[in-house]
Amino acid sequence: MKTNLIRIGAALSAVLVAAPAFAQELTFWSWRQEDRAAYETFIDTFEAANPGITVKFETFEAANYNTILSTALAGGVGPDVMMVRAYGGMENVASAGYLEALTTESVPALADFAAPAIAAESMRSDGTTYAVPFASQTQLVIYNKALFDANGIAEPQTWDELKAAAQKLKDAGVIPFANGTATAWQNETVTFGLGSSLMGKAFYDELMAGTADFTDARFTGALGEVAAVAAEYFPDGFIGLDYPSAQQLFSSGMAGMFIGGSYELATFKTQNPDIELGVFAAPGKTAEDAKLVGLYFDGGYAANAAGANKEASVKFLNYLASQEFGQAFANTLNNISTIPGVTFDNPLLAEVNDLNKSSIPYLMLAHFRYGEPSGSVLIQGEMQKLFAGETAPEAIGEALTTGLAAWYEPFKK
Amino acid sequence: MPQLRMTGRGLWITALIVPPLAFVALFIVYPIVSAFAYAFFDWQGLKRLDFVGLENFHTVLFVEPYRSWTINAFKNNVIVFFALMVLQNGLGFILAYALWRELPGARFHRIAVFLPVVLSTIIVAYLFKLFYHPLFGVVNITLKGIGLGWLAQPWLGQSGTALGSIIVAQAWHMVGFPTLVFLAGMQRIPSEILDAVRMETESEWVKITKIVWPLVAPSATIVFTLLFVGAFNWFELPYIMGGLDGSPFGSTDVLGLYFYRTAFGNVSAGQQDFGLGSALAVLIFIFIAIVAGVITTRLRAREIQL
Repeated sequence: MKTNLIRIGAALSAVLVAAPAFAQELTFWSWRQEDRAAYETFIDTFEAANPGITVKFETFEAANYNTILSTALAGGVGPDVMMVRAYGGMENVASAGYLEALTTESVPALADFAAPAIAAESMRSDGTTYAVPFASQTQLVIYNKALFDANGIAEPQTWDELKAAAQKLKDAGVIPFANGTATAWQNETVTFGLGSSLMGKAFYDELMAGTADFTDARFTGALGEVAAVAAEYFPDGFIGLDYPSAQQLFSSGMAGMFIGGSYELATFKTQNPDIELGVFAAPGKTAEDAKLVGLYFDGGYAANAAGANKEASVKFLNYLASQEFGQAFANTLNNISTIPGVTFDNPLLAEVNDLNKSSIPYLMLAHFRYGEPSGSVLIQGEMQKLFAGETAPEAIGEALTTGLAAWYEPFKK
Repeated sequence: MPQLRMTGRGLWITALIVPPLAFVALFIVYPIVSAFAYAFFDWQGLKRLDFVGLENFHTVLFVEPYRSWTINAFKNNVIVFFALMVLQNGLGFILAYALWRELPGARFHRIAVFLPVVLSTIIVAYLFKLFYHPLFGVVNITLKGIGLGWLAQPWLGQSGTALGSIIVAQAWHMVGFPTLVFLAGMQRIPSEILDAVRMETESEWVKITKIVWPLVAPSATIVFTLLFVGAFNWFELPYIMGGLDGSPFGSTDVLGLYFYRTAFGNVSAGQQDFGLGSALAVLIFIFIAIVAGVITTRLRAREIQL
């Protein structure tokens, strides 16, 4: 009896000692503190299908995530798998050689992703992809359905209809737009959420081809229209109104519209579960002009090039690129997954996904954040000046073009 | 000269001195020296590339857009320093004098004046952000309530008022500190001197200018120097109230924010450059060290003169 116990004990401890040798533990870093519960579930699904691999999910503060991540990677204590930002933020980490290059051989599902999504997670210099893109965000106009119905307003088809709708709300004592521009980055959101259709796809294409720059009348004209709407239909003193207050104005029902990203939808629902939301793309001058939303990709999942468990990491990335994961991601996190073929339970998300079919990239983020000064920093400051009446749209076009010429080749003369 | 043998007393002294020296070397000297070293290299993200000599310094001082950012941030720091000199230290002196004269309620006010200093900067920043709120803020509502509605402003959104509004918040927060230092200085003035003055004059003004002010000169040295260092290292309040970009369009930008943005990047810029950031940090450090040194020696000399 006693010897049996000892034998069992010895066998058990042998298993316990040997177990770590079989199990591969992956660390997975993220800035999405608020999504922890959802990710734990996704990971459980993965672990059930891949015995022997465990994944530990760790989150860090969003604003400093890139700093924390690059410091850890530089010090050789980085995670095996991690969320990385898109565009310039991704290049910052990838260019230092910390990320494992991904191919359609290591992650076959990448072949089916939309080209702009892949581009967001690839180096511009050689087109190498470093991450599996996870979500797209859309800059558009969100509105309060109850307030629109009560005032007999339909989704506007032209710029004049948009102004008429705002006027109706104003006459009814409702703040037409909740937005404020004291928080710098909100200026960029407002500019492109409202102005993309006025700028138009032709302007975007010519800008990319290098045949147009920001002094183009289509661009400066759009800025002027946006500023005119802001002056008339944004809250009193909106230039001193910060982002959280603007969100509150909208979710509390004091304002009828909010120019913002699709990421706001979940926030508004949390702040006020009773609110009924609608979305539309801000219209162009005429009803025939294409209604464009500003589209960008949020970030991706990448593997550490120097990680000890690379094989397991790539296996996990393949799961994160699978349709099964994309569907779960869209359903639980209410985000637009970039994985092709995903459907949306939430009708609003389905609508946003439809609007995405007619879009231009969220301009400054997608193309002008690769040098100093970044296009985002410039447009944010310049729009604040415009809203305060301290500059003119033409001067902004000039300032953007000459400012970006410091590093953007096509603008160099 | 007696030789310090590694026995008994000598061992004791060594054992007591080495740990704090090591601590200082590791946590103070090493970071400063390495920041100096970082500034001389080219960086890609957080990866160190080639030695570039003084290029980073040249870039932040003379190459656009860094040049105008540096000048703008520096200019704002100078404004902050002089404004706080008046609002924080000037008011602090007056408050200290009033408290020292034991006006009615001095005991209560002594605590009331010092109380904000104890509050966390975050709390003060959010409090004042609410005060300045364009729609619901106490400031605008009060102005409208007393018929001065035309004075109501989007305080934190205008280039003309944003920095001033944050300075007022800072002065409110920290005015208790110079008050306390000045008050302590005043309480150290020997009563014989005060009795002697009372024989000569009844004028408060003469008392302040001829007796109190000269005799609290050491306190003035301390608060002036600390204010200088504080004003040029200012970060928390503008960060919370204006944001990392010094919103609106750089009017609340200060060297601290500018350094942070340059070295660590921010969401809108997406770039991080340790070399330029370190160069800035080194310049800020040298500037503060030199000027603070000059201020201290000049003020010390003045203490003796007075």
